[in-house]
Amino acid sequence: MLSLKRDKKEEEDGGGNPFNNLEKSTVLQEARTFNETPINPRKCGNILTKVLYIINQGESIGQTEATEAFFAMTKLFQSKDPILRRLVYLGIKEMSKIAQDVIIVTSSLMKDMTGKEDQFRGPAIRALCSVTDHSMLQSIERYMKQAIVDKVPAVSSAALVSALHLGKGSQEVIKRWVNEAQEAVNSDNVMVQFHALGLLYHIRKTDKLAVNKLVSKFSKQSLKSPYAYCLLIRIAAKLIEEEDAGSESPMFDFIESCLRHKSEMVIYEAAHAIVQLKNTTAKDLAPAVSVLQLFCSSPKPTLRFAAVRTLNKVAIKHPAAVTACNLDLENLITDVNRSIATLAITTLLKTGNESSVDRLMKQISTFMSEISDEFKIVVVQAIRSLCSKFPRKHNVLMTFLAQMLRDEGGFDYKKEIVDCIITTIEDNVEAKEAGLAHLCEFIEDCEHTVLATKILHLLGREGPRTPSPSKYIRFIYNRVILENAAVRAAAVSAIAKFGAHCDDLLNSCVVLLERCQLDTDDEVRDRATFYVNVLKQKQKALSSAYILNGLQVSVVGLERALHQYTLEPSEAPFDLKSVPLATQPIAEQKVRDVPGEVPSSKPTQDKVAASRQDVYQEQLAQVPELANLGALFKSSSPVEVTESETEYYVQCIKHTFNNYIVFQFDCTNTLNDQQLERVTVEMEPAEGFEVIKYIPCPLLTYNKPGTTYTLVRLPSEPTQDTSRKHLSDQVIICSSNLFTSLVTGTFACVLKFLVKDCDPQTGEPDEDGYDDEYVLEDVEVSVADHVQKVMKPNFAASWEEVGPENELEDTYALSNMSTLEEAITNIIQYIGLQPCERSDKVPEGKSAHTLYLAGVFRGGHDALVRAKLALDTSGVTMQLTVRSTDPHVSEVLATAVA
Amino acid sequence: MNFNLLRASIDTRRHVKTINMDGGLLEPSPYSIKAITILDNDGNRLLAKYYDETFPTAKEQKAFEKNLFNKTHRANAEIIMFEGLTCVYKSNVDLFFYVVGSSMENELILASVLHAFYDSISQILRKNVEKRALLDNLDAVFLAADELCDQGIILEADSNAIVQKVAIRNEDIPLGEQTMAQITAKYGQQVSAATDRVLQSAKDQIKWSLLK
Repeated sequence: MLSLKRDKKEEEDGGGNPFNNLEKSTVLQEARTFNETPINPRKCGNILTKVLYIINQGESIGQTEATEAFFAMTKLFQSKDPILRRLVYLGIKEMSKIAQDVIIVTSSLMKDMTGKEDQFRGPAIRALCSVTDHSMLQSIERYMKQAIVDKVPAVSSAALVSALHLGKGSQEVIKRWVNEAQEAVNSDNVMVQFHALGLLYHIRKTDKLAVNKLVSKFSKQSLKSPYAYCLLIRIAAKLIEEEDAGSESPMFDFIESCLRHKSEMVIYEAAHAIVQLKNTTAKDLAPAVSVLQLFCSSPKPTLRFAAVRTLNKVAIKHPAAVTACNLDLENLITDVNRSIATLAITTLLKTGNESSVDRLMKQISTFMSEISDEFKIVVVQAIRSLCSKFPRKHNVLMTFLAQMLRDEGGFDYKKEIVDCIITTIEDNVEAKEAGLAHLCEFIEDCEHTVLATKILHLLGREGPRTPSPSKYIRFIYNRVILENAAVRAAAVSAIAKFGAHCDDLLNSCVVLLERCQLDTDDEVRDRATFYVNVLKQKQKALSSAYILNGLQVSVVGLERALHQYTLEPSEAPFDLKSVPLATQPIAEQKVRDVPGEVPSSKPTQDKVAASRQDVYQEQLAQVPELANLGALFKSSSPVEVTESETEYYVQCIKHTFNNYIVFQFDCTNTLNDQQLERVTVEMEPAEGFEVIKYIPCPLLTYNKPGTTYTLVRLPSEPTQDTSRKHLSDQVIICSSNLFTSLVTGTFACVLKFLVKDCDPQTGEPDEDGYDDEYVLEDVEVSVADHVQKVMKPNFAASWEEVGPENELEDTYALSNMSTLEEAITNIIQYIGLQPCERSDKVPEGKSAHTLYLAGVFRGGHDALVRAKLALDTSGVTMQLTVRSTDPHVSEVLATAVA
Repeated sequence: MNFNLLRASIDTRRHVKTINMDGGLLEPSPYSIKAITILDNDGNRLLAKYYDETFPTAKEQKAFEKNLFNKTHRANAEIIMFEGLTCVYKSNVDLFFYVVGSSMENELILASVLHAFYDSISQILRKNVEKRALLDNLDAVFLAADELCDQGIILEADSNAIVQKVAIRNEDIPLGEQTMAQITAKYGQQVSAATDRVLQSAKDQIKWSLLK
């Protein structure tokens, strides 16, 4: 009756929401009604609902206001009305984070929690735990334990769930509830079972053995709750992952058995887990794939979505495993749920053959505008992999990508498309012109500065080497007229590259650049002036060094070095060679981000690489004995010099300086009954090397890593010994082996230390110790330790820049290599230089290939290597040409492979 | 000089929100729900519960709801990947129910929670799942949401059990069981306020209700 009346009034008001336009202050004012006696449950319930509503709307309530309302609310405990009481619990939970002195309600809640009304007990426990802090936890512990094993499921669930929430803060108290949780897992109620399993795992999760037992126990006794099953599958999957096991693990059998469970939720969880595992073969996946295939034809959209999404993941690694589902996936490409349709198509694109590409692309373009950016990115990624799989299809795919570039979309989406086009251009020479044309069109109307600069940089690099470079200049110069300063500056750099590379365009480029000297922005003007002056010299070497190949230092390092220089002014000019070089990202990371690509795509890696070197530099500077060695040239990646499971675990990192090498040994003592003191690594140096100093690690306790350093002086530098430069070529060649041996060597290492036995429990060491030693594996110093990888985007220009002065050439027969790829991997490993212009990738079916390598030798000498490789029946033949700014560097590199 | 390099490294400091579509293995945990919400047909929030820090402020939450609503209110597709999250939803007349979880979460678990939520609300509102009815029973709806999920852990996924726990009062007695006096009193009020024609129709109504 009351509600009818209210309805009528609202209709007159026109608004349908009685809670609309509630004022926070008025509602809190109304909350004072709670203090009246006797309590009118109906009225108070109404007001409390309003309070909850405004909190739910995200109104922020101040501490004083909240505290006042909270105290008023506690008065409502006098009423026995069930709805009102339950609303009070909700109110307490909402206010517990803002109001003060909330523990005042503890006793009321404890009364409800242990009282006769089952309806109140569960919610009261949950409210109580939201106001309890850890100091109070002790006092309610007994009641919580009782509640966990209570007969009423709601009470038991409430206690278990609250325990999980409390467990986030203090694991200690919760740990003592493990027996109760164990008992609760056997409950008949499905939810109690799930919550108890959750708590049990939470308590035990740090103890791998206990978790193992937990899974094997519950995988045998069948649980009732599907949620508990899902949780158990996840725990099992995690164990498999941690042990790096495959399908032979008993855990895997359990997960596979879940594929035959009666609940769809559990079946899907199991299939999903199997698909996600790392060490699976196509055969292990088969049963999971076939249940997913069944789900594809389910009437429930969620189930279809889940199935096709998981199949999509399978297709990335095992496309063959999914081909069996192709027919089912075909049915889904017209699904009303666009997410499902997109996933189905992208999966088909991965599993299908070349002939189906056209049809699928046509289908997908019909609803591209309807799907969210996330899915568009999925489509682009699918196209990216297609481009590399079917290079001949680049025409269709490129057109499609260009179409997508024109459509609406966010930054992430556009960036993904641009990245995709760039990768395609780089991998596929035939696609280059079309791709560059699309990108040119895109920057004509591009709102993202980052993308525009990225594309301009790419045009500057690739454009000059196309058959008709002049046509790109117009697009680039348009940017100079129309865009913001950052883009203009990038455009100026791009134009300069055309001028430097193409002689016939030089004069026109200089004219354009001279116009840019009138720009309003400093940076643009500076760049233009700089380039105009360099170009007017008309010297190839200058153009190469200052325009085409740029600076090779690490940006972070340069910043640091300049800062240091300004802090300590000196007479000497700033030496650019003292700045650490930009290290190239390691090979694995290159798979997606092709190196030398426009910088904005890889600064994250740059940063990581630079900071790693910086960290070492800083660490070494902390050691007083090592502080004066100069700038760190290169740090190698860590090498293990012991087996990983021995008494002492030692890793070695080689830090190369101009005249010294520092061997850093990171040692870990894995024996808990020993304490090591004065730990050093004694090294037997190779000929010419001299151990200068050992810096011991004073104390090595159980499981706490420590570091000891060994400082070695390099043999008197062939590269810096000026007297030798007068020697004739003849002599150099005769003594070439000598030079190499002066650079490389093998060091025998022994770990020496003083052992003190100690009590494994307390860690108290005995007073007396004895000397002991432990033989480590040999440490090798190779040519690669003396060079730093540097990417030269335009190798040919650098080659000319260095010139033939110190050129050395030799021919080798690499008879033990059977493929060009193998030869290339080995050469890079021995010489340790950076492959340029993607010459480390051999186009398919070619029997001859040229590899370009670039880098800097210790001491700041540029080093370039060109290796012409040819494959014949007897193996690989290699003509190796080395150029360097120093004759001895050429020497060392030329013999590195031998 | 390579100025581009310098500029680029500065650009990346402006972090771009990354989207994770790859999934992966989930840390085994009973915390599976990130948010549940009910919106009206203008995308306004009627109820919203966020259980973790994905959207820390009310402003971000509401922006998320608005975008989610715009993506979902036309096509009744039941599930969507949105801003790196999996959202399952269901709508009726002028109400939209959403359950949100991580992109790696089992979609069927989320769907089971959504159904439990929708069915329990439907029972509470006696199959009359509309905004008006929902607001009239907002207290019970709050309680149902509380019984469904506690800070991200599914507390109860059986709609009957939820309704039983919420235990709404039984004062809205169906029309047939009300006494004559109550009915005449109820409609009498309307009579006094209405014109002749309305009076006539009201009388008809009384007649019909008596005939029942």
